[in-house]
Amino acid sequence: MSVFARLFDWFTSSANWSGTSGIPQLTFRSLELSVVVVGTALLLGGGLGITLGHRGRGGLIATNAANAFRAVPTLALLTLLAIQPSISLKWDGFLASWIALTVLAIPPILTNSFVGIREVDADVRDSARGLGLSGLQMLGRVELPLAVPFLMAGIRTAAIEVVATSTLAAYVSYSDLGNYVITGLDTQNTVLATAGAILVGLLAAVVAGVCTVLGRLASPRHLRGAARGPFQAALSVERVRADI
Amino acid sequence: MLQSAPFFRWSYVTSNWGQIQSNLVQQIELSLIALVIGTVISVPLGTLAARYRSVRVPVFSVASALYIMPSLALFALLGGITGYVPPRSWVTAEVALVGYTLLILIWNTVAGLNAVPADAREAGVALGYSRREVLLRVEFPLALPYIFAGLRVASATVIGLVTVTALIGLGGLGQQFTYGFAISYSTPIIVGLVLSIALAALADLLLLGVERLVVPWARPTRRAGKAVA
Repeated sequence: MSVFARLFDWFTSSANWSGTSGIPQLTFRSLELSVVVVGTALLLGGGLGITLGHRGRGGLIATNAANAFRAVPTLALLTLLAIQPSISLKWDGFLASWIALTVLAIPPILTNSFVGIREVDADVRDSARGLGLSGLQMLGRVELPLAVPFLMAGIRTAAIEVVATSTLAAYVSYSDLGNYVITGLDTQNTVLATAGAILVGLLAAVVAGVCTVLGRLASPRHLRGAARGPFQAALSVERVRADI
Repeated sequence: MLQSAPFFRWSYVTSNWGQIQSNLVQQIELSLIALVIGTVISVPLGTLAARYRSVRVPVFSVASALYIMPSLALFALLGGITGYVPPRSWVTAEVALVGYTLLILIWNTVAGLNAVPADAREAGVALGYSRREVLLRVEFPLALPYIFAGLRVASATVIGLVTVTALIGLGGLGQQFTYGFAISYSTPIIVGLVLSIALAALADLLLLGVERLVVPWARPTRRAGKAVA
């Protein structure tokens, strides 16, 4: 039987669509981990980036530190956390993956939120001040709305990276769609590895698409398309990186 | 015994130096091949993409799709054709790694060529240069800082990603991660981690140095900043 026929069989076999190692459950587990990770990174990295951007100080240090973290291979963090007895068994392996992937997700969100706020035109800031807006009002009504395209680009980059790397979580601790790929590679089962790869690739594409749409909807109308695409996002981050 | 093993044990490094060294060499080989092939493909493609819209759209679509694809999934997909275990998985690893460099390098080549001032181009024409000479003598040199900025990002990305190929029997320093994980021993993981970061930093410095030699008229860091603006 050809690989295609066996793949077709795999995808149409009802056993693969139910139970704790079925496609729906594992897809849910991948999404669950990714959403929690991106949410945490948004809270920590986004919060810090916005605060520093608003103050206009300390940003370079923070973004450089964040970029240093980008050089850390996630597999190293995952394996290191997953063998710490106090972490490895927590919540079914969720904790180790949560921490490791959050470290990965913070840099793009931190740098993009910082850059987004800093990119706000000085004239716009001046006129806001001239209108009598307080610091917080300026942040809420002027800086944040204008920074949304950058922030969303950062979230998109982070989300794509996190979904991609959640496959590695299956290697160390947490069962999700990566299970199929890891098991397939381990046992040299082409059908299982390929099926898993298709599912993970589809999930990544869907997440990227959803983030693009959300980013466009959340941006002020005249800024739509200002920071679009994965490379745009990556590049707005790299600009700060290259300034080191 | 391993339960009570300290976080880092120096004796591991001294007694396993041979293995660590060969992992490091493999990491360098895997990264270097990917970067060289990636550049050889990306610069001409980027040049065409900068000039022709009909090339730009499909090239960026394919490169973006490759970039979004999770690395492990790409290894699994390609491995179905080229193999999951060494030596055949070398091809699997390199094809995927090259795939990740494409978007970054093509994008920066296009950005660099697009940023060439019209004045410079006209000056070339006024000197009697043919279209090809304008490209080689005017546009390329001016685009170089951008291409170097792309190379620096690509090298950091590739060096990190190479460790994942440990799951298809390669991995360079990634071998230290899987080994440490398998026997619940943190020292190998830390060794791999530190060396991998050091390698990325060294590669970055090297590229900066080469850029200074090749593009002496531009201050690299400032240009690199502009390159990706």
